[in-house]
Amino acid sequence: MLKRRVRTVLVQQLQYEDVPLAKPTRTRKAASKPDLSQSDAEFALRSLQAEHEKAKRYSASDEQMLGFYEQMLLIRRFEEKAGQLYGLGLIGGFCHLYIGQEAVAVGLQSALAEGKDSVITGYRDHGHMLAYGIDPKVIMAELTGRQAGISKGKGGSMHMFSTEHKFYGGHGIVGAQVPLGAGLAFAHKYRDDGGICLAYFGDGAANQGQVYETFNMAALWNLPIVFVIENNGYAMGTAVKRSSAETEFYRRGTAFRIPGMDVNGMDVLEVRAAAEVAFAHVREGKGPVLMELNTYRYRGHSMSDPAKYRSREEVQEQRDHNDPIERLKKELAERGKNEDDLKAIDKAIRAKVADAADFAENSPEPDADELYTDVLVGSY
Amino acid sequence: MAVELKMPALSPTMEEGTLAKWLVKEGDTVAPGDILAEIETDKATMEFEAIDEGTVGQILVPEGTENVAVGTVIAMLSGEDDGDALTAPAPTAAASEPTPVAAPLAAPAKPATSAPKSDPEIPHGTNMATVTVRDALRDGMAEEMRRDERVFVMGEEVAEYQGAYKVTQGLLAEFGPKRVIDTPITEYGFAGIGTGAAMGGLRPIVEFMTFNFAMQAIDHIINSAAKTNYMSGGQMRCPVVFRGPNGAASRVGAQHSQNYGPWYASVPGLIVIAPYDSSDAKGLMKAAIRCDDPVVFLENELVYGRSFELPEMDDHVLPIGKARIMREGSDVTIVSYSIGVGLSLDAAEQLAAEGIEAEVIDLRTLRPLDKQAVLDSLMKTNRVVVAEEGWPTCSISSEIITLCMEDGFDDLDAPVLRVCNEDVPLPYAANLEKLALLNTAGIVAAVKKVCYRD
Ligand SMILES: Cc1ncc(C[n+]2csc(CCOP(=O)(O)OP(=O)(O)O)c2C)c(N)n1
Repeated sequence: MLKRRVRTVLVQQLQYEDVPLAKPTRTRKAASKPDLSQSDAEFALRSLQAEHEKAKRYSASDEQMLGFYEQMLLIRRFEEKAGQLYGLGLIGGFCHLYIGQEAVAVGLQSALAEGKDSVITGYRDHGHMLAYGIDPKVIMAELTGRQAGISKGKGGSMHMFSTEHKFYGGHGIVGAQVPLGAGLAFAHKYRDDGGICLAYFGDGAANQGQVYETFNMAALWNLPIVFVIENNGYAMGTAVKRSSAETEFYRRGTAFRIPGMDVNGMDVLEVRAAAEVAFAHVREGKGPVLMELNTYRYRGHSMSDPAKYRSREEVQEQRDHNDPIERLKKELAERGKNEDDLKAIDKAIRAKVADAADFAENSPEPDADELYTDVLVGSY
Repeated sequence: MAVELKMPALSPTMEEGTLAKWLVKEGDTVAPGDILAEIETDKATMEFEAIDEGTVGQILVPEGTENVAVGTVIAMLSGEDDGDALTAPAPTAAASEPTPVAAPLAAPAKPATSAPKSDPEIPHGTNMATVTVRDALRDGMAEEMRRDERVFVMGEEVAEYQGAYKVTQGLLAEFGPKRVIDTPITEYGFAGIGTGAAMGGLRPIVEFMTFNFAMQAIDHIINSAAKTNYMSGGQMRCPVVFRGPNGAASRVGAQHSQNYGPWYASVPGLIVIAPYDSSDAKGLMKAAIRCDDPVVFLENELVYGRSFELPEMDDHVLPIGKARIMREGSDVTIVSYSIGVGLSLDAAEQLAAEGIEAEVIDLRTLRPLDKQAVLDSLMKTNRVVVAEEGWPTCSISSEIITLCMEDGFDDLDAPVLRVCNEDVPLPYAANLEKLALLNTAGIVAAVKKVCYRD
């Protein structure tokens, strides 16, 4: 009895302000349906958020902090270099940089069980690959379209995959990765291998119909999947509020009874802490979780971007006051890391990236025969 | 250590641009991410960011300079940390790179090499302006929007952004947000809304950012738009235009490079248009908007920036379903459409130098197909090659070959050959992409073969 009362109180505190879970005054619906108040009380859409609020930042060891820092810095320097190579004509087509969003991939993927869990994302995928520890050389060589690239130069920036790391791409069609991710989760469940899937998509992608079809099935079938909306504020030149009726994306699972989490994606420790809560929920077989990671893209959508849809000041403001790398650097300093050590790290990462760029520039293009390989697996 | 700041390539097709404005001056210190300059391309004005830290040295290209080639040194930056790997001089790779940024297909505005045969639909003596395909399409839409209140445009980034490829530039300013509507990224949804609005008596123009994304929406194009008139016994009209770029662009990979001409052209109940030059782009766009049937209007990103003659007429509307002879010739007929027409005309020039006079036919409309135009030309030349930027299997080429077999067999002096893209998903690598796409050399070789001159 006591237990139930406590839980009810908790739910009432935690429900969305504007999305009441049960409206006792509206009885018309209740007449034809069973009394929902009890099950709704148990269905605490924000229970995970509440847990996250309790310990918002992950308490990382010095070593872990340094690891996060190095990974984020590697992504940043890698992406800067990619931008440079694009400007030189070494990279062509579309090239979507992850600068500004580093804490998301690093914070989340650091909490996965390597070799067991799977990851899938869209075309802005370099950061997710690097966060997995995949060699920057083969990623950069893919960007320059060389044989040594991770897709033999045939995929390019938007289409990179590493089955070895259970990284399933790298998809160019906005929203497609969401049901694909649920399919990966389906396979985890089917094989009962204990793995979960992390499916990333953008705020723009969050409006595609297939996302909601997937939410329904994932919840219905209790699939082990974490949906991650990387809300960087814009889909190309469209600010979230111009394209979305509900801009609080973490609420978008409500209709499917998927709990949502609203996470600061500019702080790797908050991301990691949230990941712990979400992943534990999914691993326990409680079904999907929807995480909204609030972040910011510093660069243009792809390389050609008129940059007219936001002010320079807005971008500068984020860089100056909200940068995930600077934040961690400051904390490392507070923990006693000295300036020279940090400089040395930066230098080593720059050298690694420069190596990757040299490799990518100097390795050969694919053989002409590669044009016809990999179309089908069998010969008929 | 000084770093050369070079004119960057900011889009897959950019070869040169205008240095519109410097936002730093000599002596300024800059950090990575600071905006150095504004650069204009044919598509957009873009910001050029610093990648390295340092102090701006000499500015070598003053603001306002036009046609600055990609790779030109525009300013010097002195680095602050000599040991810094990133401030090593930028590799001069742009010059040594085996395949430059812009593939031949992506050549910028290039006037047609041979004097094209004038379009019989255009009155003799009409004044001609030189206009890009991009502007011709926009003008076509704008004129129809002025003429008919029911016409509106919807799609991703069509309004405030002025179009992902700038085709709808200026429309929002003139017609306002009621008629120029930015949609969320929800192709299936807004294609359905556009189709429904057409059923409800409006004349929607639904832009797909590219036709690759219309695959999300293909059910509404085919099941909702194309079949309704028939299923309702002719009661229910659906005058919607689905438009956007189609086919390969430049190095955007397999999921973004596909020609849907054959897909839609196989569907009864649809009109499918795929123009090549500015005059056809405008004249057929206007016809498509006025058409009472649903139209799939396939443009091509690589052609947007090319300039062609456009008749200066008050109301330049061209007939749907009519091919156009782009170049007259007596030895062989090359049938093509969209970007393939330019390659075919180039091939015809090369062939002329070798004594083969090719007639080049631009189908312009893929459904209904102007069979008579093809058969008339076949009767004259007795040889046909089809050139198509798309896969060979079950293609427009297949259709033309069938037509020649069924209705022109007696006129054929050689088997009809098709020259298409390779039968593979389009690869990203520059060398492979080049190998995979339709090209002039392939057309020339096929023509020689049907002329028994190889
Ligand atoms: C189905 C589909 N429609 C449109 C596009 C073109 N497009 C590519 S990325 C993009 C914006 C996506 O924004 P968002 O989902 O917020 O992700 P972000 O780019 O910000 O990471 C658009 C419209 C596409 N690739 N696929």
